Amino acid sequence: MAEEGIEKASPAGLKEELLQKHMAVMTAEESLREGLKAELLEKHMAAVITAEEALPEGLKAELMPKHVAVIMDGNRRWARERGMAVEVGHREGRRVMAELARLSSLWGIKVLSVFAFSTENWTRPREELEALMSLYEEVVTTYGEEDFERHNSGYNARVSFMGDRSKLPESLVEKMNIAEEKTKANKGLHIIIGLNYSGRYDIMQATRSIVSKVKDGILQIEDINEKLISEEMETNCAEFPVPDLLIRTSGEQRISNFMLWQLAYTELYFAEKKFPEFEEEDYVEALISFQKRDRRFGGMKYK
Amino acid sequence: MEILRATQLFEGLGSFLRRCLFSVLSVGPFPRHIAFIMDGNRRFAKNQNLEQGSGHKAGYSALMNMLKYCYELEVKYITIYAFSIENFKRRPEEVESTMKLMLEKIEALVEEKSIVNRYGVRVYFIGNLSLLSEPVKLAAKRAMDATSGNSKAVLLICIAYTSTDEIMHAVEETCKEKKDGLRVDRTDENESNIGVMDIEKHMYMAVAPDPDIIIRTSGETRLSNFLLWQSASTLLYSPGVLWPEIGFRHLVKAIMEYQRNFAYLEKKQKLC
Repeated sequence: MAEEGIEKASPAGLKEELLQKHMAVMTAEESLREGLKAELLEKHMAAVITAEEALPEGLKAELMPKHVAVIMDGNRRWARERGMAVEVGHREGRRVMAELARLSSLWGIKVLSVFAFSTENWTRPREELEALMSLYEEVVTTYGEEDFERHNSGYNARVSFMGDRSKLPESLVEKMNIAEEKTKANKGLHIIIGLNYSGRYDIMQATRSIVSKVKDGILQIEDINEKLISEEMETNCAEFPVPDLLIRTSGEQRISNFMLWQLAYTELYFAEKKFPEFEEEDYVEALISFQKRDRRFGGMKYK
Repeated sequence: MEILRATQLFEGLGSFLRRCLFSVLSVGPFPRHIAFIMDGNRRFAKNQNLEQGSGHKAGYSALMNMLKYCYELEVKYITIYAFSIENFKRRPEEVESTMKLMLEKIEALVEEKSIVNRYGVRVYFIGNLSLLSEPVKLAAKRAMDATSGNSKAVLLICIAYTSTDEIMHAVEETCKEKKDGLRVDRTDENESNIGVMDIEKHMYMAVAPDPDIIIRTSGETRLSNFLLWQSASTLLYSPGVLWPEIGFRHLVKAIMEYQRNFAYLEKKQKLC
């Protein structure tokens, strides 16, 4: 019965302390063979109950995606529809993104990657670009602050950035480096923000890196395989670099050059609502849809 | 005799109606390249209580019909995901029967009365062809040579293909090309000369423009390692119908969705 309990619950969503106790139980073969001691069993079951309570109705802890990617589309249209400036739309988007991060952390998702700014977005009007860069700087500064953890109810988030930094304002890049450095060791939700990113850019920078290594004799051309390329992707810094689920808001059904290599077997979910309108219940709906899917990864499920 | 004439009349009428619909549709923007992920053959066989192989045979008929409709609508490029490298991991009997079916169909492609010659279609086999058995490899090469003179339309058949394999191959080729260039130039900055175009020209799919629509049947919404690089701006359409049951109306719906999206994209750009 104790072993059944272990098999059913997953580590996802457990608090740090309880997680360690759970892990100690899992790895100690002898404990498994003898059966759990009563106290550990109690703590373990309490952890399972806590994890399940944190989840909304309809979601199963063991089927939660490890990595969710989001294309945050629709800020501008949302603002225009209300007769407001597009900058207001982007600020609302910022609020929704922070909320998604909070919920992801709460529900045991390990990595949240978001498409903030694409390499293709430079054609937008100058005022909007300036407002965006200024917004990003504001946001990124808070990530690097000493009390970021306190601001974020201690969910101990780690922040990374992906994209071509060479074209971003220097002051922003400086703040990005600080934020990455300051949060590097955090063990909570890993937020990856795509700033001047695109899937083709990612593959291109991987290629450049590989060519450079071949030139320096570190690599031979014969060594090039899919695993090597995966390791060169800018998402490789994450514990779970491949998204299980991609959510795109505002009804458009395309990838728009977000991660391409990484999305090979990712479940795609298209939401009609524009990003500023995307709420907790919509996120739950997307996750429920994900949990219902039959993931085959190219193979066949023999029933 | 009369039944034959009636069938021909019926087919002719169907074709005429499709052409009428085409002239209506072609008022709007039209896709140049449609790609298909033909999912649902096995489920179809299961639902109909047929044996495994029959699902693929029904799927093949559906494919011939879809090709016919596409070429009637003058969609110039069609890409199909026939066999993934991942599929080699299936039950050996299934892999063998699929290879046999493919050999049969590839040989049928080059026959005179085939759809390929009727519509002047040039055929390409896209993928890591060295993974195929000798007979299939040879048949594929013969088909490509036999149709190389056709120029009205193009059919790209992805076989022994995955997109990550294609990208890896392109990266390898780029490396070979640029590495030699580096030796000649001897500058340290050379890697930054590598751009998106350099990689793209080494893709197996470089013979065609990017797809405008990817249609995946049976309701699954994922790319399954198909055309990842090329689908950066592609409309993804996933109707619930199983592949053997797909028909003209699904194609029309996909094109209308494409036209609706096109209008929206233009509007979105105007918002700037």
